[in-house]
Amino acid sequence: MSVPISWYLLLAAALFAIGAIGALTRRNGIAIFLSIELMLNAANLTLAAYSRLLGDRAGQMVVFFVLAVAAAEAAVGLALFIGIFRLRRTIDVNRINLLRW
Amino acid sequence: MELLAFVVFGLAALVSAIVVVAHRSPIHSTLSLVVTLVSTAALFLMLGSPFLAALQVLLYTGAILVLFLFVIMLLNVQRERTGAAARSPFQTWSALIAAFVLAGAVCRLLWDAHGEAVLAPLTEDFVALRNTASLLFRDYLLPFEMVGLLLLVAVVVASWVARRGGADSEEESR
Repeated sequence: MSVPISWYLLLAAALFAIGAIGALTRRNGIAIFLSIELMLNAANLTLAAYSRLLGDRAGQMVVFFVLAVAAAEAAVGLALFIGIFRLRRTIDVNRINLLRW
Repeated sequence: MELLAFVVFGLAALVSAIVVVAHRSPIHSTLSLVVTLVSTAALFLMLGSPFLAALQVLLYTGAILVLFLFVIMLLNVQRERTGAAARSPFQTWSALIAAFVLAGAVCRLLWDAHGEAVLAPLTEDFVALRNTASLLFRDYLLPFEMVGLLLLVAVVVASWVARRGGADSEEESR
């Protein structure tokens, strides 16, 4: 039997919520990044599911571009963390408060 | 059969996603994210886009997560401190409540909109890689080239930001 499309959408919503919890509660900068990747992944799943539902491949193209932008974001973000670690010897976001006040 | 595959990969994705968020060691989080992403690749395959499934495995688990592991090893990131001082309970609980409200609202909306939507059977035309390629290289050629440019800029900026003798040595030389 075929799986209803709403199950994919509900799974993606659950994954997104888990990623949001991680991004809000973790303090390790890299762990926050991993949570953001999780949320991007959930959004991709939603796009692919809608692409299947509507029979339109444009959704797959959007997923492709999201993947490419996620790669760029990961490269720049991790380089920033390397730079911050050189400066402060930590990537704990509670202790990186240079721009907070 | 399809239902069984969905349950297996969906559960794998959910459990490993929880491990990603809950585990204190960044290495374990990253390795568990690999499981999530590969399960999602299987779901992409079931949704009729083998191109995305291959791309997910190649690009995400092959490139991005290796980059993450590389940086974690390079920085020798310690585990997060445990105990009351480590994280404030207010922050944790407000994040949990906000996430559950978000998930509940999104689920309700999606269910109302597509609860009874029935899928048409997969057609050869939809899955065919030839059609995906012609869409990507014909209709979406300009965004494709721009993404290439974006990646080039990202690589240049990343290597400039992370170069040896960054901001701290400039301060020392002053």
